[in-house]
Amino acid sequence: MTDRNVVHATFCLERIYPVPPARAFAAWATAEAKAAWFDGPEGTEIYERSLDFRSGGAERLWGRHAGGKVSDFQARYFEVIPDSRIIYGYDMYVDGLKLSVSLATIEFHAQGQGTRLVMTEQGAFLDGYDDAGSREHGTSWLLDKLGAVLTR
Amino acid sequence: MTADLDGLFQALADPTRRAIVERLSRGPASVSDLARPFRISLPAVVQHLAVLETAGVVRSEKIGRVRTCHLDAAALSRAEQWIHDRRTAWSHRLDRLGDYLAADPNGPKDPA
Repeated sequence: MTDRNVVHATFCLERIYPVPPARAFAAWATAEAKAAWFDGPEGTEIYERSLDFRSGGAERLWGRHAGGKVSDFQARYFEVIPDSRIIYGYDMYVDGLKLSVSLATIEFHAQGQGTRLVMTEQGAFLDGYDDAGSREHGTSWLLDKLGAVLTR
Repeated sequence: MTADLDGLFQALADPTRRAIVERLSRGPASVSDLARPFRISLPAVVQHLAVLETAGVVRSEKIGRVRTCHLDAAALSRAEQWIHDRRTAWSHRLDRLGDYLAADPNGPKDPA
């Protein structure tokens, strides 16, 4: 049974790094530097890692996790402003299923001697990762919980 | 059982805590994200969260320096779980980026 649905969500993460924005930015800019921190869980076997870091360029990180799950991150860069901002869109596949389409914005702000990095991801989370009633579920779960307590 | 019910009603008897639950019904959030819309201190929010956790309404976990809260696992939709997983994965990556930058602060490109 095919049940088509989409859930939209945004999250934001912030970090402060004790290096200047140019240095923090450089860690995103080459495949070698990015491989030092951007990969799958421990024990992931990489099938393909490529990075063409420029507006209009593409990135792929495709590999098999230790547990057998195959994940495929395919990105396209929309904006690359050195030392300042990166915007890319990406598809995320797991075992061949497209799970989400997201827009990620990475901002590098100078803060004293360091960098405040802000990452915002806006995503459409697709079929199979929603229980076809998320919104309703979210608002009615308390009543269910109360019901469970009352009938125990 | 009565204690559970009392705890649940007590937890939900406060408008700030209901607002927190409402916010978390839209997806997991960090403690500071939760605190932002309220005109109360971070420790006060942490106290509210402790009440909600004791009542079993909210669960939280600490990843790196960020404590992320979500509604009780039974209440989580799979989509919310997925978003939470994604956020968690990024949180780990950004911490690794921090370790990498700290280990080599001048970087391969910059002259030392």
